[in-house]
Amino acid sequence: MHDILLASFTLADSLPFSLQGWGDNLLAGLGKTVTIALGAFALGLLIGLLGALGKLYGPSPLVWFLEFYTTIIRAVPELVLILLLYYAGTDLLNRTLESFGYRPLDISGISAGIAVLGIVMGAYATEVMRAAIKAVPPGQMEAGKAYGMSAFQILRRVTLPAMLPFAIPGLANLWLIVTKDTALLAVVGFEELASVTRQAAGTTRNYLFFFCVAAVMYLCLTLVSNMIIRRLEAYYRRGQKPLEHS
Amino acid sequence: MVWDWLPEYAPRFVEGFWITIQLLAMSVCFGMLLAVPIGLVQVTGPRPLAWLARGFCTSIRGTPLLIQLWLIYYGLGSVFPSFPEIRQSFLWPYLREAFPYAVFAFTMSVAAYSGEVMRGAFQGVPKGELEAARAVGMGSFKMLYRIWLPRALQNVFPTLAGEIVLTLKATPLAATITVYDVFGVGTIVRQETYRVYEPLLLVAAIYIFLTIIIVLFMRYLENRIPTPAR
Repeated sequence: MHDILLASFTLADSLPFSLQGWGDNLLAGLGKTVTIALGAFALGLLIGLLGALGKLYGPSPLVWFLEFYTTIIRAVPELVLILLLYYAGTDLLNRTLESFGYRPLDISGISAGIAVLGIVMGAYATEVMRAAIKAVPPGQMEAGKAYGMSAFQILRRVTLPAMLPFAIPGLANLWLIVTKDTALLAVVGFEELASVTRQAAGTTRNYLFFFCVAAVMYLCLTLVSNMIIRRLEAYYRRGQKPLEHS
Repeated sequence: MVWDWLPEYAPRFVEGFWITIQLLAMSVCFGMLLAVPIGLVQVTGPRPLAWLARGFCTSIRGTPLLIQLWLIYYGLGSVFPSFPEIRQSFLWPYLREAFPYAVFAFTMSVAAYSGEVMRGAFQGVPKGELEAARAVGMGSFKMLYRIWLPRALQNVFPTLAGEIVLTLKATPLAATITVYDVFGVGTIVRQETYRVYEPLLLVAAIYIFLTIIIVLFMRYLENRIPTPAR
C-alpha cells in the first residue's frame, strides 16, 4: 500500500500538468490539421462529383477506370495509400519538372497532404454521390429535359439540389473520417497536430498528458463538426419528411 | 521494378502476415463481445451506464485511432513501470511488448464502432417480437439470447462485416508502435533495400487479398443466415 502511495506521489511530481510552452505549437498543429482536412475534403468533393457523373453517364472505358480507382482505394489501407501516393506523386512531379528543365522541388507540407488525402477521399465521395444521384427520381431530370434545359442546367438546377439531402449523411461521415485521417500524415512526417504532439510528448516525456490533450482537441473538432452537420442537414432536408431517428 | 529482395524477405512477410491476422482476429473477437453490452445498455440499461457507454463511443469515434494507439502505448507504457506492483506481476513480460497494447487499442476501437451499430440493431428489432417472447414466459436473459440478439445480429450482419474490413485496414497503424505486421515488414524492406514502390505494392496486394478473403467469407456466412419472410 505504502509503495503504491509513494509511486503515485512520484508520479504526480513527474507529471506537471502544464503545456510547458507547447500550447502555441499544438494550436498551430490543430490549425494545419483543419486546413489539410478542409482542403482534402473540398478536393474529395470535386473528384467525387466528377467521378459519380463519370460512373453514371460516362463512356465505358471511363467507367472501368473509375471502378478500378474506387475499388483499389477502398481496399488498401489508408496508411499504405498515403505512402504510395506521396512518394509516387513527388517522384512524378519532380521528373516532370526535370524533363522541362526546372529544378526538383522539395515537396512537403500542406498542399501535398491535401492532394494525397483528397485523392483517397475522392474514391469514397464518388460512391456516396453516385448513390445519392441515383436516389433522385428520374422523372425530375426528365422534367428538366422536357422544359428544354441543357445537360449542365439540369445538373445545376435539378440533380445537384435534389441529391444533396441523400448525400449529406454520407459526406458528413467522410468529413469526420478525413479530420481523423490527417493524423496518418504524421507517419510520413507532415507537420500537423499528431506529429506536433509526438514532438511535445517526446521532448517533455509527458506522453500520457500530451496525447490526452491532442485527443481532446480532435474530439472538440468532431463535436463542433457534428453540431454544424446537424444544422446543415436540417436546412437541406427542409420540406422533406423528417428522418426517423432511431 | 526490382524484386530480387523478395526471396530473402519472404519468411518475414509470412511472419508479418500471421501477426496481422492475429491482431485482426483478436481485436475483432474481443471488440464484438464488448460491443453487445455497449449497444444493449444504451437501449435498455440504467441511465448512468447508458451515458457511460455513449460517452465511450463518442470519444473513441471522435479521436484518431493513431492518437489512441500512441496514448495507450507511449502514455500508459511510460506510466506502468513506475508502479512496482505492475513490474513484479506476471503480466509484466507481456506489458513490455507492443503487441498487447495494439490489441487493446484496436479492441476498444472495434467495441466503440460496433457498439454504435449494435445500439441501432437492438432498437431495430420490432417490439412485438419481444412482447411475444415475454408472453410465452421467457425471462429477460432467455429473451436476449434467443430472440433479441439473434434478430439484431441478423439485421446488421453486413455492417459488422464492413467493420471487420475497416479494422483490417487500420491494423498497419500498429507498425508505428513497433509491431512488425505486414506493413511493418514492408517498412523494414524499404529501409534495408532502399526500394520504395515494390515493397509498398506487395503490401498493398496482400491487404487487397485479405480484404477479398474476408468479403467472400462474410458473404458465405450471410447467405447461411436465414432471412425472415417479408
